[in-house]
Amino acid sequence: MCGIISVVDRSGAVMDGARIKDALAMMNERGSGEGAGYAVYGAYPEYADCYALHVFFDNIIETKSSLDTLLETWGEIVHEEEIPTYEQPHLKKVHTPWRYFFRPDPSLMTGTPSPEEDIVTYLVMKVNTAVPGALIYSSGKNIGVFKAAGWPEEVADFYRIQDYEGYIWLAHNRYPTNTRGWWGGAHPFNLLDWSVIHNGEITSYGTNRRYIESFGYKCTMFTDTEVVAYLVDLLARRHGLDKTLAVRALAPPFWDEIDRMPPREEHLYRALRLTYGPAMMNGPFAIVVANRDGIVGFTDRIKLRPLVAAEEGDRLYISSEEAAIRRMAPDLDRVWMPGAGEPVIGRVR
Amino acid sequence: MVLGSVPLKYKVTIDRARCMECGRCVENCPYGTFRWEGDQITVHSRNCTACHRCIAMCPRDAISLEERPVDYRSHPLWTAEAREAIFNQARTGRVILAGMGNAQPLPSIFDRLLLDACQVTNPSIDPLREPMELRTYIGKKPRKLEFSRTEAGDVELETTLAPNLMLETPIMIGHMSYGAISLNAQLALARAVHQTGTFMGTGEGGMHPDLYPYQDRLIVQVASGRFGVGIDYLERGAAVEIKIGQGAKPGIGGHLPGEKVCADVSCTRMIPLGSDAISPAPHHDIYSIEDLAQLVHSLKEATEWKKPVFVKIAAVHNAAAIAAGIARSGADAVVVDGFRGGTGAAPKVFRDHVGIPIEAAVSAVDAKLRDQGVRNEISVIASGGIRNAADVTKAIALGADAIYIGTAALVAMGCRVCGNCYRGLCPWGIATQRPDLVARLDPEKEAVHVANLIKAWTMEVSELMGAAGINAIESLRGNRDRLRGYMLDEGMLEVLDVMPAGA
Ligand code: SF4
Ligand code: SF4
Repeated sequence: MCGIISVVDRSGAVMDGARIKDALAMMNERGSGEGAGYAVYGAYPEYADCYALHVFFDNIIETKSSLDTLLETWGEIVHEEEIPTYEQPHLKKVHTPWRYFFRPDPSLMTGTPSPEEDIVTYLVMKVNTAVPGALIYSSGKNIGVFKAAGWPEEVADFYRIQDYEGYIWLAHNRYPTNTRGWWGGAHPFNLLDWSVIHNGEITSYGTNRRYIESFGYKCTMFTDTEVVAYLVDLLARRHGLDKTLAVRALAPPFWDEIDRMPPREEHLYRALRLTYGPAMMNGPFAIVVANRDGIVGFTDRIKLRPLVAAEEGDRLYISSEEAAIRRMAPDLDRVWMPGAGEPVIGRVR
Repeated sequence: MVLGSVPLKYKVTIDRARCMECGRCVENCPYGTFRWEGDQITVHSRNCTACHRCIAMCPRDAISLEERPVDYRSHPLWTAEAREAIFNQARTGRVILAGMGNAQPLPSIFDRLLLDACQVTNPSIDPLREPMELRTYIGKKPRKLEFSRTEAGDVELETTLAPNLMLETPIMIGHMSYGAISLNAQLALARAVHQTGTFMGTGEGGMHPDLYPYQDRLIVQVASGRFGVGIDYLERGAAVEIKIGQGAKPGIGGHLPGEKVCADVSCTRMIPLGSDAISPAPHHDIYSIEDLAQLVHSLKEATEWKKPVFVKIAAVHNAAAIAAGIARSGADAVVVDGFRGGTGAAPKVFRDHVGIPIEAAVSAVDAKLRDQGVRNEISVIASGGIRNAADVTKAIALGADAIYIGTAALVAMGCRVCGNCYRGLCPWGIATQRPDLVARLDPEKEAVHVANLIKAWTMEVSELMGAAGINAIESLRGNRDRLRGYMLDEGMLEVLDVMPAGA
């Protein structure tokens, strides 16, 4: 199951987190109270040029100093603090969420066109595999992920999500099956600029994981969703595919359709499938992926999970349920059901 | 030692109450198991190879066959086979020849791998209702695509794709040469691959003109003997395969006895009539990996870079590293042939003791290629002992792009895996050049059987994929998460990168 909802304001105007909390709670049928989370783009305008690293510490005493040292080796900690949280009756605080505003030193990573991003990726992979008791779950500039094990309202109140503002919001209500309802397993998943929310199960995970790991990514969260974030990072950032093509690589048209395309397009899609076959995602899923430029939602190639899109003025909504969207915006200009594998894209102007 | 001192391998009996004395068994057995003596048929069980031809042809179901009718004193180490091999070699002083694949009673890894299916959390996909894609491309794939934008803002693909073979099913037929098998057998296979949208290998024996109509479905082989190789041959093939080794006999060459080199075989192979066709163990122009790269390039140059070039190796201990070397040689596919691979004739000591299982080899090859970031450079074809659709599915889940079948295709045409192919008297018209025996195999009919087999397996693979919630073969490939090991030790699970059942 799982419920997802996302909104982008294409004019870049910000929204606070109050309404998306209500919308997500509309879909409690789809969750089990074991995980919920929010991602907001535009969360930290005062540190917009720093990578905002959100970390779950098992305890501050033992692990934090080693992470501090590691970060200082690779750059500068501009600011750091515990993420403010507010006690909730049914939410057990098993981790201490912390945030660092970090500026990597590009001179320390050579032989790459994107040294800063590569440093941050390296640190995320390194900390999550080799530093027990610390998990970096959010690492983008001006982006914040807030998640925990609990119902959407509890998690929202735990972080006072209404106090944050942003022009893109992603939210997820989890019904865990693959892994226990631990904090790291809640969505959204984030790496650098990319965040993902996902309803479904990726039956091709074994193929996707081995493929992405051959490009140096490491899957550390014991769930199939993080692989989506890495695949998108590989295709869109490192290989430079535009959003539509990246989605089409992940959920490509059937060969029958490709065979019928006009020659130029046919050629393009054949190449896309041949090259990125191991990145193709199979199984029932509905996904929204975001980066600072906007959001894109899509389903598996035969749409085994629901996805609905809607527009109201500058705002584009993508969700598992229309009811959740209407909770945020009762008067919509347009509501539609995207076809299987067909991307819905909302770009910030 | 007198002849009678070795116990019978098989005992054949005719139920005289049922026999109608039609004589079909006498006509059908090329080994002389049955003889007319006066008006009675006598049975000479010592000649029997358990090829079942007589049993299949007897209209009255009157013939029965028993294996090892005479017991030895049982001994766990000194098995009957061990003792008989010694009798045999003590008498002849020779290497023992054997046909078909490894006959050691080693457990099959495939049988200890279990496939997955969906329940509740994700739906299985019904291939009768939803598209199920088994289409497979064999050849080099780019690691990354390059695009540019036209002035109108359209995306333009800059990357040029290398030639790939397009298969409608991941099941291909491996190389069995004209010479090793009959022309009728090859024709049947060629028609079958033509019908099912897949490919077959010609083996190291050239291409007989009767196969020309199917040439776009044939992979031509260049082996160490270079038999039949010429520009015309290379140009006719859909792809070219360099054979370095073979799973049934890694490290040694081949030998087609002069008796099998009839006029037609001699023309096709371009060798004198009746001469032994000996393929040396190594290619005499390949003594190192860079020599292989040169041959790959020469073949590509000769075929104007229009055809994929495969390299076939036997699954030996170091197969993964060798495959990684092959990936860098410019080759488009590597064929890994496991130790259960069949053959017309191999020294028994090689057939039964050299090489490793295909399951382990293909896992190691796929992992190594990924580690080195060259998996997209090359396709991996697994072969050697693939018996059914489950084996196909498991081989792909372990990392193969496609598989070759050999023995299975022969069995579809009647072969009973009797293991006497090297004698050239195959009663089913397969591994023989004797015209009366070859005539027993009707290419038309057997093509249907082989095509049926490929279709049936393909259907079963799609059912298995659907049950696992997968609708494109790309998502099965290397998806070891959908396998579990049962009764495999930890070391093997690690090699296979598969979790144990229940985990
Ligand atoms: S084929 Fe059968 S029925 Fe005919 S002679 Fe032989 S045993 Fe008798
Ligand atoms: S091909 Fe013929 S000789 Fe060889 S095993 Fe099969 S039946 Fe026996």
